[in-house]
Amino acid sequence: MKIWNNFNTNKILFLGFIFFTAPSTFAQQAVPQMADTFRAEGKIYVVVSVLSVVFLCLAAYLVIIDRKLKKLEDQHKK
Amino acid sequence: MKHFWWKLISVILILGSIIMGFLGEVPRLNILNETIRNLYFHVPLWFAMLVQMGVSCFFSLKYLSSYKLKNDLTASCAAYVGGMFALPGLITGSIWATYTWGKPWVADDPKMQGVMAAMIVYMVYYLLRALIPDMQTKARISAVYNIFAFCMTFVFIMIYPRLAPSSLHPGNGGNPAFGKYDMDNSMRAVFYPACVGWILMSFWLLNILNRYKKLQYKLEHHENLE
Repeated sequence: MKIWNNFNTNKILFLGFIFFTAPSTFAQQAVPQMADTFRAEGKIYVVVSVLSVVFLCLAAYLVIIDRKLKKLEDQHKK
Repeated sequence: MKHFWWKLISVILILGSIIMGFLGEVPRLNILNETIRNLYFHVPLWFAMLVQMGVSCFFSLKYLSSYKLKNDLTASCAAYVGGMFALPGLITGSIWATYTWGKPWVADDPKMQGVMAAMIVYMVYYLLRALIPDMQTKARISAVYNIFAFCMTFVFIMIYPRLAPSSLHPGNGGNPAFGKYDMDNSMRAVFYPACVGWILMSFWLLNILNRYKKLQYKLEHHENLE
């Protein structure tokens, strides 16, 4: 009882508050990690432009093949 | 090039999915993290594959009702294009699974079992076509088999995983719905156009392959394929 009297009730309540809320603040910090720095640095635009160029080149090649085939079809039309 | 507009739409939609797929907002999820963006590229491949297999089945039915070889040719081309979409679908799925589910092939996942069974069914279809030399016989046997193949593929990929008690793939294991994919609305705005784009792209490839095969037939037999 003597120990209890040495403590201020408010202090105990405050300590209890810290103990109970600490885990929940930890949980708030542990959001799933994403590539935020990578994005903030603007490097994502490099990736997007490279992939766009690759895809556009392939699409253009497909168009060329399509036209070549069309030409050949016209040649062999009776 | 007068029917060019839908090819252009396909390129625009896929390009849009590449750009918005990397720049757009995605939900923050554990384990998946940024790999959730794979959804824009892995899943549309399977949709395109299923659509092509459906087209293949449709032309097989058309062949069986008219016995015109050109329909059988289109059916086989669609099945090959579908196979060419399934291959990168499998590989991208394996890469994704390695980093999220821990191993490239989770054998007890019902979706994967179904896909494996469907692949075997279509392997047999390709084999059947390669083994029968006579064109009419080949067309008839493979057309009948193709209808069976598509029905089984639909059961294996769309129905069986949903009957199974649980699956690692979202939207499976008893409760099928698009809402079960871990998507929010900003993801849907990228995902659905991507699906349309890849399906149109598969039709473009089918168009080129089909025309090429018809031309080949014409040059070999000196007559149009009827």
